[in-house]
Amino acid sequence: MSGLAMPKPDDATMRRRDEIVADMRIIVPGEGVVDAANAMRAFESDGLTAYRQLPLVVVLPETVAQVSRLLKYCNDRNIRVVPRGSGTSLSGGALPLEDAVLLVMSRFNRILAIDFPNRIVVAQPGVTNLGITTAVEQEGCYYAPDPSSQIACSIGGNVAENSGGVHCLKYGLTANNVLGIEMVLMNGEVVRLGGSHLDAEGYDLLGVMTGSEGLLGVVTEVTVRILKKPETARALLIGFPTSEQGGQCVADIIGAGIIPGGMEMMDRPAIHAAEDFVHAGYPLDVEALLIVELDGPGVEVDHLITAVEAIAISNGSTTCRISQSEQERLSFWAGRKAAFPAVGRISPDYYCMDGTIPRKELPRVLAGMRELSEKYGLGVANVFHAGDGNLHPLILYDANVPGELDKAESFGADILRLCVKVGGVLTGEHGVGVEKRDLMPEMFNQVDLDQQMRVKCAFDPNHLLNPGKVFPQLRRCAELGRMHVHRGQVAFPDIPRF
Amino acid sequence: MTTFTPKTSGEVLSTIAWAVAEGTPLEIIGHGSKRGIGRPLQTEHTLDLSKLTGVTLYEPAELVLSAKAGTPLAEIEKLLADNGQQLAFEPMDYGPLLAGEPGKGTIGGVLAANLSGPRRLKAGGARDHILGINVVSGRGEAFKSGGRVVKNVTGYDMSKLMANSWGTLAVFTDVTFKVLPAAETEVTLAVRGLLDDAAASAMALALGSSAEVSSAAHLPERIAARVAGGALGSDAATLLRVEGFGPSVAYRIAALKMLLGKAGPLEEIAGEASRLIWRDVRDIRPFADSSEKPVWRVSMTPSQGHQMVLTLRMQAAVSAFYDWQGGLVWLRMEEGDPEAALLRGLLRKHGGGHATLVRAVPAHRAALPVFEPQPPALAALSQRLKQEFDPKNILNPGRMA
Ligand SMILES: Cc1cc2nc3c(=O)[nH]c(=O)nc-3n(C[C@H](O)[C@H](O)[C@H](O)COP(=O)(O)OP(=O)(O)OC[C@H]3O[C@@H](n4cnc5c(N)ncnc54)[C@H](O)[C@@H]3O)c2cc1C
Ligand SMILES: Cc1cc2nc3c(=O)[nH]c(=O)nc-3n(C[C@H](O)[C@H](O)[C@H](O)COP(=O)(O)OP(=O)(O)OC[C@H]3O[C@@H](n4cnc5c(N)ncnc54)[C@H](O)[C@@H]3O)c2cc1C
Repeated sequence: MSGLAMPKPDDATMRRRDEIVADMRIIVPGEGVVDAANAMRAFESDGLTAYRQLPLVVVLPETVAQVSRLLKYCNDRNIRVVPRGSGTSLSGGALPLEDAVLLVMSRFNRILAIDFPNRIVVAQPGVTNLGITTAVEQEGCYYAPDPSSQIACSIGGNVAENSGGVHCLKYGLTANNVLGIEMVLMNGEVVRLGGSHLDAEGYDLLGVMTGSEGLLGVVTEVTVRILKKPETARALLIGFPTSEQGGQCVADIIGAGIIPGGMEMMDRPAIHAAEDFVHAGYPLDVEALLIVELDGPGVEVDHLITAVEAIAISNGSTTCRISQSEQERLSFWAGRKAAFPAVGRISPDYYCMDGTIPRKELPRVLAGMRELSEKYGLGVANVFHAGDGNLHPLILYDANVPGELDKAESFGADILRLCVKVGGVLTGEHGVGVEKRDLMPEMFNQVDLDQQMRVKCAFDPNHLLNPGKVFPQLRRCAELGRMHVHRGQVAFPDIPRF
Repeated sequence: MTTFTPKTSGEVLSTIAWAVAEGTPLEIIGHGSKRGIGRPLQTEHTLDLSKLTGVTLYEPAELVLSAKAGTPLAEIEKLLADNGQQLAFEPMDYGPLLAGEPGKGTIGGVLAANLSGPRRLKAGGARDHILGINVVSGRGEAFKSGGRVVKNVTGYDMSKLMANSWGTLAVFTDVTFKVLPAAETEVTLAVRGLLDDAAASAMALALGSSAEVSSAAHLPERIAARVAGGALGSDAATLLRVEGFGPSVAYRIAALKMLLGKAGPLEEIAGEASRLIWRDVRDIRPFADSSEKPVWRVSMTPSQGHQMVLTLRMQAAVSAFYDWQGGLVWLRMEEGDPEAALLRGLLRKHGGGHATLVRAVPAHRAALPVFEPQPPALAALSQRLKQEFDPKNILNPGRMA
């Protein structure tokens, strides 16, 4: 993937750069246009830092009218545009292109409305995920999807990636918590999808936009549902001698009709890295460590803690601690939350993968990963949203050793192939972006991919919005649109009829 | 007039491929139970999926179920119930309202109409539970999207695009849904005798608490008598459903009683009696009167629902009841005129939303926009999507138009 092919820069656009920058300053007056190379450096990559590219120009609009004019301007002149929120994408979704305007939404940072009776918040897309919770906290409310990047990532980026978090097992992903958006199409048209009501009639374009990775439109407003905070939360910290037992415990908890607020698993390398880093008191003699958090009214939590403890013991847990205080609950989480930086301490670089598998396949996939780890000679540590089967293998490598990045990427690709092979998918929450783009054919055949491109064609027929992402190969919409069959060419179907 | 009844996805594909080549439209039906909704169709041929049946994968511990699209919903619900599980979005049954047989409908139809029920408020609709689909588009191309796992952002979410498309973009051959444990205990707290505005406040208070209310409906005076065989009596009933493990339900009901003690007389309704009430609210039983009086389904901002109805009453005779904390308004037009323009005008003044004419005589369904008309840019975008997936207008032509 380091040899990733991006769309060839358009010569005409490159030649007209000065003129385009000047026009951008007319569309977005004031400080909102950045064209000096050193100032644009801050935007050259997102959370997938292995890839860097300076854009044509960076534009930070402040109003929907500006976004609309900018997109229409670019559409009319065949200029590419890459939307960006906070730039925390782990799949290169916000990676700039040499000939594209980088449209940064961070100045759209206001909460527009808070409506407690209807439990909704209307926010501009640049508001951070945590910013929404902060705005409603005084009333004991919160916004449920909680990506680990929540202090930084934007709600617009969350919509574009359909982001998840630890609490999504019980409370749903971004898609299940967004009620409406306003967006601007590449042709400058402003469209509202959904609103403060549920399930709009017509095609579910809100559902399509969620997770569309900035390829279909630019989100300019988001309406989300907020929830009342649960009265209490307690956690269990459970260790198992084998990952099979840990996996079976997860299955049994769910089989008992219990959907915990969070259910996370770590493997031996991740446990050790985390313990060395934060001294959370994790047991070091186990192969799998499970954190199960129950939330709700105290009586419910107490009731379920007992049930989960019994399930853990019946699956051969060697340690099972139950948090007795808020401080202890947070200490259980401390290691898990610090897992990424902890791994960062034991290895110069790490590469975070994001496949999802059917839960029961966990032992097989972990075993497969161990084999791959030997084959590539690179270590791997696993943190795992166990409740919904979302794996985050962290591949350890050293970018300063020639060839190791390539090796890490090949290892990662093999892990994702394995996920697909056992019935899973390439990405659970981080998106395809540029990172997994060329792996899409592992999951989809050309006909499947063509249909996704047809959606793209309805929104952005000239492929100007965030090209080079998601699709391994772009096909021209006119070519996709052709129909080749004619009357009399297909036989009357020989099937039962009345 | 031919009705094709394919038994395999391959046969669905060959039927549609033929129809595409001939340029001859098809009406797509599961059981046809919701045929009475939408613009009446005039197609020469029908593609009937009721023989494309069978559950192909069910793994309770993985919370996943796959079935061929024509599988009866009733069969799936039975299988899940036998395993203590359910489709948490509680798909409604239009049968009683549309004077059809109750208990009909296929799993493909559930997705095509994005059905849900009172629990939509907390648990989402069909769109929130679909994991993957196999379909044949109006181009005669078979393709898949999604998979069998809950967390999946690999490519566009085509399953959501196809949910609520009423068979106008593609025909489902296989669907995979997330399934969930059924609640161990269910209790409904009824606040009696509230007027619509007081009910709206009570529901907002309850939903804003940490009692995790899974459904909130308000049945005004007299309408209350028309659910669960009259068990509620005719006083207005504001219904709050609490589900979960026994001790938790008891605690949360007690908390709600504290919260709403001053609102009005309270009643607790448990178990089967509660389930019957919610089934009838779900299936619009109060308006299942074998008449042809127009019925509207209005989805709007919860706190605005009763206010819009109040204004509407000044100009038309209507009966109304509320689900989804007041955000789903069911309206029966007592004088036979759907009053589409009046209703939609008022809806716009009350925060916007969508009004769908779910029951009406064919003449009204043919003459009026059954689904909420869209603003031009959105309508054009929807039309471009239709053009991408069904350029020859083969599938259910005119149904959503
Ligand atoms: C330390 C760390 C931890 C993380 N943990 C999680 C996690 O737990 N769960 C999870 O799901 N993700 C996680 N992520 C990934 C990332 O934070 C999310 O994908 C996030 O939603 C991206 O938001 P952003 O504002 O940074 O978007 P960006 O990175 O700026 O952009 C992401 C994509 O969205 C598009 N986009 C952004 N804004 C808009 C808009 N307004 N309109 C249209 N398109 C737009 C961009 O074009 C791009 O394709 C993590 C990332 C980091 C660095
Ligand atoms: C000639 C005739 C006329 C009838 N007229 C009426 C009438 O006017 N009103 C009435 O109430 N009943 C009518 N019925 C009775 C009706 O057929 C039955 O009630 C019926 O059995 C049920 O359907 P369903 O619930 O599976 O979903 P359906 O009602 O069949 O489907 C709902 C929607 O989903 C679409 N759909 C269904 N399956 C798929 C799929 N696999 N892929 C994509 N889209 C799909 C359909 O095209 C439709 O838009 C009529 C029956 C016949 C034979």
